Amino acid sequence: MSEVIGISGNKHIIQVYEDTGGVRPGEPVKETGAPLVAQLGPGILTQIYDGIQRPLPMLAEASGDFISRGLFVDGIDHKKKWEFNPEVKKGDVVKPGQSIGWVQEQLLIKHKIMIPPNLKGGTIKEIHSGNFTVEEPVAVLDDGTKITMMHKWPVRQARPVTEKLAPTIPLSTGQRVIDGFFSLAKGGTAAIPGGFGTGKTVMQQTLSKWADVDIVVYVGCGERGNEMADLLHEFPELQDPKTGRPLMERSIVYANTSNMPVAAREASVYTGMTTSEYYRDMGYDVLMTADSTSRWAEAMREMGSRLEEMPGEEGYPAYLGARLADFYERAGRAEVLNGGQGSVSIVGAVSPPGGDFTEPVTQNTLRMVKVFWALDSKLTQRRHFPSINWLDSYSLYDLDLEPWFVENVSADWNKNKRRAMAILQENAELEEIVMLVGSDALPEDQQVTLEVARMIINFWLAQSAFHPVDTHCPYKKQFDLLQAILKYRDYAFEAVQKGIPVGQITSLPSKDALAKVRLEAEYEPILSKVMADMENEFKALK
Amino acid sequence: MTKEYKTITEISGPLIFVEKTEPVGYNELVEIRTGGELKRGQVLDSSDDIVVVQVFEGTGGLSKESAVSFTGDVIKMPLSPAIVGRVLSGSGRPRDGGPEIVPDVSRDIAGAAINPASREKPRAFIQTGISTIDGTNTLVRGQKLPIFSGAGLPHNDVALQIARQAKALGEAESFAVIFCAMGITNEEAQHFLSDFERTGALERAVVFLNLADDPAVERILTPRLGLTTAEYLAFDLDMHVLIIYTDMTNYCESLRQMGAARQEVPGRRGYPGYMYTDLACQYERAGIIKGKKGSITQFPILTMPGDDITHPIPDLSGYITEGQIIISRELHRKGIYPPVDIRPSLSRLMNSGIGKGHTREDHRAVSDQLYAYYAEGNDLRGLAAIVGKEALSERDKLVLEFADKFEKRFVNQGRDEDRSIFDTLQIGWDLLADLPEAMLTRIDDKFIKQYHPKYAASAAKK
Repeated sequence: MSEVIGISGNKHIIQVYEDTGGVRPGEPVKETGAPLVAQLGPGILTQIYDGIQRPLPMLAEASGDFISRGLFVDGIDHKKKWEFNPEVKKGDVVKPGQSIGWVQEQLLIKHKIMIPPNLKGGTIKEIHSGNFTVEEPVAVLDDGTKITMMHKWPVRQARPVTEKLAPTIPLSTGQRVIDGFFSLAKGGTAAIPGGFGTGKTVMQQTLSKWADVDIVVYVGCGERGNEMADLLHEFPELQDPKTGRPLMERSIVYANTSNMPVAAREASVYTGMTTSEYYRDMGYDVLMTADSTSRWAEAMREMGSRLEEMPGEEGYPAYLGARLADFYERAGRAEVLNGGQGSVSIVGAVSPPGGDFTEPVTQNTLRMVKVFWALDSKLTQRRHFPSINWLDSYSLYDLDLEPWFVENVSADWNKNKRRAMAILQENAELEEIVMLVGSDALPEDQQVTLEVARMIINFWLAQSAFHPVDTHCPYKKQFDLLQAILKYRDYAFEAVQKGIPVGQITSLPSKDALAKVRLEAEYEPILSKVMADMENEFKALK
Repeated sequence: MTKEYKTITEISGPLIFVEKTEPVGYNELVEIRTGGELKRGQVLDSSDDIVVVQVFEGTGGLSKESAVSFTGDVIKMPLSPAIVGRVLSGSGRPRDGGPEIVPDVSRDIAGAAINPASREKPRAFIQTGISTIDGTNTLVRGQKLPIFSGAGLPHNDVALQIARQAKALGEAESFAVIFCAMGITNEEAQHFLSDFERTGALERAVVFLNLADDPAVERILTPRLGLTTAEYLAFDLDMHVLIIYTDMTNYCESLRQMGAARQEVPGRRGYPGYMYTDLACQYERAGIIKGKKGSITQFPILTMPGDDITHPIPDLSGYITEGQIIISRELHRKGIYPPVDIRPSLSRLMNSGIGKGHTREDHRAVSDQLYAYYAEGNDLRGLAAIVGKEALSERDKLVLEFADKFEKRFVNQGRDEDRSIFDTLQIGWDLLADLPEAMLTRIDDKFIKQYHPKYAASAAKK
């Protein structure tokens, strides 16, 4: 299998998705007349694919443990029968992208069967309910077009939507540092640097588990075989905490390891994107994780140098920035053709060589994405999880999301966030001084700031992925906990003004009690008791 | 069927350009006869009338009169169980004076990617008998763990010691060793061979030797031949295979040389842009396959030019392999063997191979604690150099002392000393026991009560 990537005169330049050893001049080359397409229809969920949508378990059946050449396997099972439930009836007028019925693909996922967006639509002449394979027509339009449950879509072409919407709804993840400080919007884009030992894997798993989305698409692009084996081993065992069902039932995995053909690696990101968009078109929220986009960019570089293109920065092709931009632009929340809304959010890992953030892939990525979660190996070593550095990370969705938070959580959401961040910023500056002179030499109010920062870091930013309650923290609780810490700060400053020694302020029992509130599911009565105690304790200080 | 062409139009470095009339496949094996000599090469570029061939044995002595024939097949490695115990050249020909290998099967040396869905997760502990590896950077079966070293450091001794001592815990079975030498000196090769002979390891080894004065192009074949042999031994004959290749840096130099001869657009530092994929295609041939008994574990050795870890070769390797063992010049100068610096070293698969059921339940905690204080002790050395030891606090002095003792007792060991994992953990505990118990913050109380030398005697009685 291969793809035309250049035409000059009467010659075509073809990139081959498989090893070319032994191929000789004069070999027959067949043209399919269609660009590289993904097969879209019921049966995609739970699958593990290679970069060009060949299911890996089926490849293993066909060719054994090693992937041999020249295999063609369908992306979805063409033999399996699905029960089709029509939603429209004879005589109805249907538009492209409109759904005409559904299939129960997984226990909790209804798969909408839509008129492919590249068709014209028309009036339904025939429609059947019952069991069909994906190739059998379930409906016929008045112009004779047969509609099957599967259609093909060119992977490099974005699927159309009615209208792209502004990122005004947050993607809830239940992680305080993400939701509270560096929130991602539904349909937003985020980057995480994937240096080793930064806890990237745990982070991705937590996101897959807790992100408020319907479908998770994981694209492993140019990563290690053993790492993929680990993922393929553990992913099916993960449980969806919300429903108790296996997480795999709403997941799709693309695995293209570093030794699989480089052209397929380049394609894998687009194939993954196309399936993500397909589920978005049904009105679902989709989270796509690409790990790692650096490997993808390197694939472009390799192919660019084979084509003897003029190299840009560090040997990457000059169109690197444009390609990355095209890819990230396919994310977004949208009004879909079927009516209703869906979204594709992207979390892209970058692994800069030598940990150098100034290299072109990282720089071009950071230009495109709106959220950056700076995973920090120093925090990992200190066993602070999630190891997102609060000073280096950022989210540009702050203002877009503010109205939502004001309406749904509290008017003080952003105000508290800014106060907390200012405290952490001041803390970082103070810590440098403390390193030189020790904390006792600081004025009392600055000592209080240090203490409050410590509370924000340890009671609020740190969150255990393994604690049954703490692993997921709803918005309201996040807000209340931060509010409580800031309240403590106000009391403490007041006390300092009155001349009360810092040692007394920091040793209040209610402060330690506050640390444990996050571990409680029914936290509200406990928190109000802690806060009442705190007020009394401060009053009692002399 | 094999036509001979006497149509060499150009010879340029390791490449020859041949006019031909029949279609010739990419990567095909080519035989070139000149005088009485037979050289072999591989098709790099095939178009309608001209073929570019890279000649493995060097183009010296070739002329326009040389006869070129295309075999119509890609390069294959002849394999049979009799290959174990042989010494072969870098292009797979006998070098020990023995007969040619009579093949049971012949395999394409390019190999194929293991289907990720067929891979088994590596989790079986390998005991190398070296504390700094077993204790703090544990190797598991199916892993690829390179040794990053520098010129003049004893990385070869470390590799030899691993080859000699590696075994699975509790089982008598040992590893078949494949040794691929790429561009090393005759002296180094002798060192390896005599050590293999001395310890009897040669009986379960296959050796591929491409020495410094052998053609550089041949080096591109050597790891592929070794890995093809490894796959045969592991997945056809159910053996556990340990493959050591030294030195990957020479291999990459050859890649660069070929790239330059082909007038490709160079990437970083003149290395070809496809070096990442090329290296991945070697390294990724490690692993375990579901339902097969054998495994392939890789130990590539690479010397970092100028001890620079951001050089493209170690950098790209680090992104493919599962960790690295770093040989430190500083420790070597202190006379410590093996001079492994555990701080930047890492084994990414360590967690799946240690703990209850693999080594011992306290392994992770002990390792973390040793790491923490050794790292802190090293930082304190810098401080002590500025302000003097006397100015340090009592606690800091203890940690500083710990770091010194750690190097002398835990890191340092004999070249023939084969420590079991339990010995290694015991040394770790002995060192930790010199610190106050309250300082062991990374270790669960449960483990302290059971394994701390202070309690161990009474715990054992119970």
